[in-house]
Amino acid sequence: MDFESPTGLSTASFEGRIDAVVVGASAGGVEALGTLLPALPREFRPTVLVVIHQPRERRSLLADIFSARCALPVQEAQDKEPAQPGTIYFAPPDYHLLVDDGPSLALSADEPVLFSRPSIDVLFESAADTYGHRLAGLILTGANSDGARGLAAVRQAGGVTLVQRPDTALAASMPTAALARGPADFVLSLEQMARLLRMMGGGHEG
Amino acid sequence: MANKDLDIELKLLLDAIYLKYHYDFRGYAMASLKRRMAMAADHFACRTLSQLQDRILHEPHLFPELLNYLTVQVSEMFRDPSYFRALRQSVVPLLRTYPSLKVWVAGCSTGEEVYSLAILLREEGLLERTLIYATDINTQALQKAEAGVYAVERVAAFTHNHSQSGGHASLSDYYTAAYGNVVFDRALKKHIVFSDHSLATDSVFAEVQLLSCRNVLIYFNRELQERALGLFKDSLCRRGFLGLGARESLRFSQHAPAFSSLVWEDRIFQKV
Repeated sequence: MDFESPTGLSTASFEGRIDAVVVGASAGGVEALGTLLPALPREFRPTVLVVIHQPRERRSLLADIFSARCALPVQEAQDKEPAQPGTIYFAPPDYHLLVDDGPSLALSADEPVLFSRPSIDVLFESAADTYGHRLAGLILTGANSDGARGLAAVRQAGGVTLVQRPDTALAASMPTAALARGPADFVLSLEQMARLLRMMGGGHEG
Repeated sequence: MANKDLDIELKLLLDAIYLKYHYDFRGYAMASLKRRMAMAADHFACRTLSQLQDRILHEPHLFPELLNYLTVQVSEMFRDPSYFRALRQSVVPLLRTYPSLKVWVAGCSTGEEVYSLAILLREEGLLERTLIYATDINTQALQKAEAGVYAVERVAAFTHNHSQSGGHASLSDYYTAAYGNVVFDRALKKHIVFSDHSLATDSVFAEVQLLSCRNVLIYFNRELQERALGLFKDSLCRRGFLGLGARESLRFSQHAPAFSSLVWEDRIFQKV
């Protein structure tokens, strides 16, 4: 399976290299993740860290909802927890999720960024700092511009950047803003993205 | 790794701050500190943290401003209303059995949580017998806390949280509005002692029945968390209560056996 890359990146160049995948989604994000995350096979090796904007409430059902549908274990991120390979972590509502040395997960209650907590930019920037070129960043559907800056940080650190094709997104602003900030390595539909992730994750092409 | 230079510079900056100003941030969680220091470098027009270090060492008048980046001052009154509801339901009945009460709000920042607790205790008829210690390392924040003045735009959210928390009366009973601000009641402040205290370098100063320290420990590394939790354990009386932030726990701590979880959902623990 070949994917065309606007930046000329070949898929062979990152096979086996990716230790973590960071995903940012907003409006329409639960549905988008519903296509993406269940497509990851049990053998998928990278750590998956997800920020999705959602109403601020004490309990989030995201981990429960996706646990039932995914082959990989799904958890809400806990502060200071080691980032396990092959595990999907959701940022808890009303906290920023960051990656610290280890790599381990870190939460912060710092002020919202672009009105968002958790913030996609905050996760992506700290993951880029920790994982460098061993990171892939994905910007999905959303009605704001969070993640554009973060994805630029992933690119600057040598990571792989993926953006959902705006015309396939329920809300196109977020992928559009990410693309306006600089070229992404791949601009794909969710189904294509899922296939590409399987290729980079050491799992079998399904 | 990617930003090795930045890691070196951050470590040197924190050492410099400790040696010069005796504020110890060396045990803080690095990921969010790094982010905040990058923001500070921007603010002080420094290209690198090394440049920031130079300015902070040689222009001491800048340090209080930097301290506002090093410490987090994000709070609101009755943040996480269910925490306060749980205090009313599960902790207050036991607090009633003490003839006099001491409460410690550790890392009180600009005071929103302190006034929330004072109001809760007033509504439950306990404030008259209570002394609240409100501590922080940021003296500027403490001054704001002591003043108890908040922008009127924030009050709608405070009021909503207060009623969600099971507040009996109207929040407006406890403040006076003037010139775009509200000022909290002197009658509340009478029961509060504001004081400079560091969980990183200071020790226990009182025995308390209730200790609230929310969203502070997430900013510490494991070692500093252990130190702080050790202070909390030593400060709490037997069967005393500890309240943490909505996503904080004692899970990874060696002090965990000293506590039982009273209301897990709201992170309220009791010393055994």
